[in-house]
Amino acid sequence: MTSATYGYYPGCSMRGSGIAYEESLVTLFRLLGLTLQELRDWNCCGATSYMCIDENLAFLLSARNLALAQQTGFRELVTPCSACYLCLRKVQDYVQRYPQVAERVRDSLAVASLPPLDAVKVRHPLEILFTDVEPERIRSKAVRHWHGGQVACYYGCQLVRPYGEADRLHNPTRMDELLQAVGVPTVKFALKTKCCGGSLTGTIHPVGLRLNYILLKEAARKGAKAIATVCPLCQYNLDAYQAEIRRETGEALDLPILFFTQILGWALGGDVRSLGLHRAISGRRVIDEWFPQHPEEVESYV
Amino acid sequence: MSEANGGIRIGVYTCHCGTNIAAAVDVESLAAYAATLPDVVVSREYKYLCCDPGQDLIRQDIADKRLNRIVVAACSPHLHEHTFRGALVAGGLNPFYLQLVNIREHVAWVHEDRKEATRKAEDLLRAAVRRVARHEPLEPGRTPIHPDVLVVGGGIAGIHAALTLANAGKRIYLVEREPTIGGHMAKFDRTFPTLDCAACILTPKMSAVKAHPNITLWTYSEVTKVDGHVGNYTVKVKRWPRYVREDLCAGCMECLEACVYEEARVPDDFNLGLTKRKPIYIAFPEAVPQVPVIDPDTCIQFKSGKCKKTCIDACGERHAISFQLQEKTEEIEVGSIIVATGFQVFDARRASYYGYGVYPNVYTALEVERLVNASGPTGGEVVLRDGRAPKTVGIVHCVGSRDENTNRWCSRVCCMYSLKLAHLIKERTGAEVFNFYIDIRTPGKGFEEFYQKLLNERVHFIRGRVAEVTDWALDPTEEGKLVLRVEDTLASLVRRIPVDMVVLAVGLEPHPDAPETGRIFNISCSEEGFFLERHPKLAPVNTFTDGVFLAGCCQGPKDIPDTVAQAGAAAAEALALIDAGSVETEPNTAYVIAEVCSGCKTCIPLCPYHAVTFLDNEKKVRIDQAMCRGCGTCVAACPSGSIRQHLFEDEQIFEEIEGILAYA
Repeated sequence: MTSATYGYYPGCSMRGSGIAYEESLVTLFRLLGLTLQELRDWNCCGATSYMCIDENLAFLLSARNLALAQQTGFRELVTPCSACYLCLRKVQDYVQRYPQVAERVRDSLAVASLPPLDAVKVRHPLEILFTDVEPERIRSKAVRHWHGGQVACYYGCQLVRPYGEADRLHNPTRMDELLQAVGVPTVKFALKTKCCGGSLTGTIHPVGLRLNYILLKEAARKGAKAIATVCPLCQYNLDAYQAEIRRETGEALDLPILFFTQILGWALGGDVRSLGLHRAISGRRVIDEWFPQHPEEVESYV
Repeated sequence: MSEANGGIRIGVYTCHCGTNIAAAVDVESLAAYAATLPDVVVSREYKYLCCDPGQDLIRQDIADKRLNRIVVAACSPHLHEHTFRGALVAGGLNPFYLQLVNIREHVAWVHEDRKEATRKAEDLLRAAVRRVARHEPLEPGRTPIHPDVLVVGGGIAGIHAALTLANAGKRIYLVEREPTIGGHMAKFDRTFPTLDCAACILTPKMSAVKAHPNITLWTYSEVTKVDGHVGNYTVKVKRWPRYVREDLCAGCMECLEACVYEEARVPDDFNLGLTKRKPIYIAFPEAVPQVPVIDPDTCIQFKSGKCKKTCIDACGERHAISFQLQEKTEEIEVGSIIVATGFQVFDARRASYYGYGVYPNVYTALEVERLVNASGPTGGEVVLRDGRAPKTVGIVHCVGSRDENTNRWCSRVCCMYSLKLAHLIKERTGAEVFNFYIDIRTPGKGFEEFYQKLLNERVHFIRGRVAEVTDWALDPTEEGKLVLRVEDTLASLVRRIPVDMVVLAVGLEPHPDAPETGRIFNISCSEEGFFLERHPKLAPVNTFTDGVFLAGCCQGPKDIPDTVAQAGAAAAEALALIDAGSVETEPNTAYVIAEVCSGCKTCIPLCPYHAVTFLDNEKKVRIDQAMCRGCGTCVAACPSGSIRQHLFEDEQIFEEIEGILAYA
């Protein structure tokens, strides 16, 4: 376990708006003795936007990534983005269920001299941390006490539905259990799998904004001082539009939107920059208080 | 058409079955093909062979054309083998000179390509023609019917069946798994749509069961093994110890008072955990029998052996309580069995989006049945877990019914019991009640009128499957409430309805151990897990095992009137069997060629019916023709090939195989 290596498919977000996610993920895995080996020559997963225009073409994009992983010899492919996770998983499912999709994918891969799809296991870091590493082991590796406040764990829609493999379908709890393992109190958050608006914030802006407003308001109402996410799009939506939501609603919402890997990485001794905590937009004051630049001046190590 | 082969003269009859067969199989060409086969004297096709003119056709041909073998290509032998055997008998032939070819279920209903289907029918027909030539005359056996009946399950179905039979003078064993009879109906306060008191109509029947001289009631017991066959079943019943002797207990309940547990601490199953009971308890005040049970998992005496045993002191001279009682097994002989093992309600936790087990004020309908019940945990008051009366109540229909993700069937009773609960809640609390439904299904006597009454009472009905029950609040009116999010499909709106109490109308599903129960009684389950009736229309209480009948919800969801009607029907079927005195049995029994039998005894332990005995003098086995059920196990196992089976003779089977393999 200590030196396990996982195939790693970052997806576009990890190199853009979700860069803090990748930074904290890599740091956390390093602290746990796990290695991520990046897939060479990966491409777009096809994501929701492509999926809704031409599903079959979108499948080919994800299929290529899976075929590359097979060729590299990866038996498991980790992807931190929920959209990537779902797309990869979906093409596997559809290839199995629908002969026409299977045929199209097989033929197209053959044109690129790639093997037909086999069983590469698509996994999300949440699942790896919960089932391969286990909360107890993470607890034993923690070096910092939690001095922050309560957190609302927000799973979003794509990670658990429809497959329910990374966590339970309607009531996922693994992020809560992992954070609790390192002493972070989490609140009961009924909206944990509700929509963040996805790309609606860019297309039908008022609708997207309202969905984010509901999430933020309910988290605050339940006493959360921050929201933890597993998805770069959820994090971006909630983080980037808070100022606008404040203006529109007149409500004083200013919550840090963190990646769960940032919190776990902090507990295991990562520093602000290596965990990308300096990149957050909203809730800066809380972030500076919870994650000081020089923690050793504030508290002693455990 | 020669008369070689010992004068075999075969008539072949192909049935259209209306369009059932004719639509998928070219029956004309099939009949023409059959006419070309060896020994076939006549081949005809007919629209409905099973009707009287069809039968007459066969009878007449036997006489006119001197037929001595008949092949009928039609439906499953389950349906009409007996009908066609009758035609042979009417024509003066031995009924076992018949071979049926199932070209409906095995061909027409499962194939789409007409040409290929016809070819398959030809193959099957050719096999049957070759087989039937080897048939020999047989005489059916008769087996006497033991007049006693076993009824399994003491809910309203089992109670009604047992009483009907007992009143007809038959001896009944009624076996119930729980410590009391009464089943689910005992938990209800009122019954729809008449709103009469469930206890008032059920408890007299429960007492009648206990008092009836013809009924042996075994509660806290379970059937573990059934051997034998129609008319002669040997049944083993395991009886768990109550630790209170039924023959000595007077039902005074002083032991309950005296228990060292001053406060009840164990969740009470009968009240679905809404109240607590003591380790020594009785399910409810009107339970039958009126004998308490000690639960060894929570009783201090069983856990530590160091209890003051105040219950024994309270029992005093009667000495009814004994911690030494052991589990025992009774063995009984019965002629027929009525299975009435009931249902379980859907586990609402499986529909996790409705928050059962997460939000305390989300209840299942069965819990609310207890709340509205005058003898329930709150004395009939509808209150939330914190003691407040709800001002608004939402009833969610179809929880675990009509749902691709859980159970696909309609549970049939939820609409009506939801209406009943809506009425009772409104009556008791004056609360505003919302029903969230997909369709309102009220197809019973007085049901639609009851629905109309509810509408007049201003109970709200919102058409739409509820998406979720949640506690997130958008505005102050929702603070502290449970919010039902639902698409109102009549108003074309997504609505949020805040309520104090949510009632989940959970559906009915088979017991999880139904497959195991099915194996014990040799009956099968349908796809969804309820027991399968012999025919959905014409044999709804029979099973494919003769002498085993079904009653109540173990066969599928149904309300109390339907359950009672079905229980009556099952009792009537059992009575018909008993009063006939005996039944005809198939002559497809195994027999021993004594000269070849080496007396190796391989077959003896294999026979499930104990039909094989060893003859000490001759050092050979003998098969009791009355006990053999024709399963063929011994035939296959016999190392010397000295066991053979009527209707499954080697020559017959080989001819059939060769026939099917011989491409024309």
